[in-house]
Amino acid sequence: MIKLNKVSKVFNKGKGNEVIALRATDITIHQKEFVVVVGSNGSGKSTFLNLVAGSLFPTEGEIALQDKPVTKLAEYERSKWIARVFQNPLSGTASDLSILTNFRLAALRTKPKNLTIGTDKAFKELVQQKLSTLKMGLENKLDQPMGSLSGGQRQALTLLMSVMDDAKILLLDEPTAALDPRSANFVMQTADKLIKEFELTAVLVTHNLKDAYGYGNRILQFSDGKIVRDISEEEKAKLELNDLFSWFE
Amino acid sequence: MNFYITAFLLGLSLSAIAMGIFISMKIFNIPDITTDGSYTLGAVITAVCLTHGYPIWLTYLLSVMGGAMAGSITGFIHTKLKVNALLAGILVMTALYSVNLSILGRSNTPLLNIHNIFEVISPTSNPDINSSIALLINIALLWTGLSLLLKTDFGLAMRATGNSESMIKALGVNTDRMKIIGLAISNGLVATAGFLVCQYQGFADISMGIGIVIVGLGSVMIGEALNHWFNIQNIWMQIALVVLGAILFQLVLAFTLSLGIDPNLLKMVTAVFVLIIVSIPQIRFRKQS
Repeated sequence: MIKLNKVSKVFNKGKGNEVIALRATDITIHQKEFVVVVGSNGSGKSTFLNLVAGSLFPTEGEIALQDKPVTKLAEYERSKWIARVFQNPLSGTASDLSILTNFRLAALRTKPKNLTIGTDKAFKELVQQKLSTLKMGLENKLDQPMGSLSGGQRQALTLLMSVMDDAKILLLDEPTAALDPRSANFVMQTADKLIKEFELTAVLVTHNLKDAYGYGNRILQFSDGKIVRDISEEEKAKLELNDLFSWFE
Repeated sequence: MNFYITAFLLGLSLSAIAMGIFISMKIFNIPDITTDGSYTLGAVITAVCLTHGYPIWLTYLLSVMGGAMAGSITGFIHTKLKVNALLAGILVMTALYSVNLSILGRSNTPLLNIHNIFEVISPTSNPDINSSIALLINIALLWTGLSLLLKTDFGLAMRATGNSESMIKALGVNTDRMKIIGLAISNGLVATAGFLVCQYQGFADISMGIGIVIVGLGSVMIGEALNHWFNIQNIWMQIALVVLGAILFQLVLAFTLSLGIDPNLLKMVTAVFVLIIVSIPQIRFRKQS
């Protein structure tokens, strides 16, 4: 569960170039909800996501995850609950490290990284088995550096990595923006499948209105730092794709 | 020939710096200039401790701790005070000059007739062979320790910190803390080289660290070039190549000097040599593309 209580974010407060990125916002995202966030550039949707993740701290207001106040917790401390997929495939994975290493670190997201060697045979088999569910033929390429994979493959692996450890919340920041249509489709389907399978609370920020229409069970539209539309599951079922396009006219 | 044996032994001693720079430069992507100061710090602590009759193991420990402390201060300035890493290193290096001078009390201390690490074991009557064995054991231990460390979960998190900070933050790693620890380990290794070289050459000098970061950098670059050649992913081999790089570096310098170049030009030769190592891959790459 994600709860924002009168959260606002102002950049360069009191200076000439002051930007109000998010105005006092109240929102509760419930367990297992898959929320799609839409809005034009500069509408505050990315700020919203970064505030939840902890990469930004609010100017005012309180944030709670799973009923725990986390307003002052840094990103690495919130990773106990949150798994992230970034817009840039390079941000979610470490290029120079092997697939196996990336998965090992992901498997320790909520745990301390100790002075023990954890990439043993059993772990390799676990990763192989997880990878085989993606049917990308990467099962036997565990030692390949992540950087040798395509953007689409890396995003799909980042998704899979997010469920290697106990996850409650999945934040997806335009995960398909840098991908070709086919890879984008594959990544979105993988995300949808994992969110359902692991019963995750998910927030997807996207510019792709088809994805907003096709995925998730709640839509939030941001404009000028405010939530201007909050569409519930029942209302969403009645929407046509063209309705979404009309919001941006 | 003696000339090259000296270069080999010096290279082996300096390979600890290469390992240190490997951590700061290759793993964390931080150009850490603290090296110049922490290398001298290691040597200065060694000289003072040994002349005051401290046991070698304690001297070793204190040198490493001194270097590690210097590194963690650079790390702290860089991560917590948000100062550019290069500047943070320069600041600490500059301050260390005074620290080193205060510890040493003067600009140069000889270690005459003092029992040192090269005399701890003497299986043969040839001092060069004895020194080689002592050094090889030392470097092998550092190599093993560092390779093992980088294979642990902690080490993997360390490697990811320099490679994809956004990812590793999202995976629950305090990257500030990681960088401070990394720079501490790096400079601990650098101080180890100061500890070894001080005993090998028989004195500590306040200016012995000037430009030493370039030697470390050059060694890492040679290691990197070799690595490129053989396309090695294995961390054990990567570090071994860095050690090899440090030895090759000294051998090349020795060779240059043997050609009759004025020793006053040594630092310039070193700089040009590193420039060549760094630029050759770039030039080759441009031709291909």
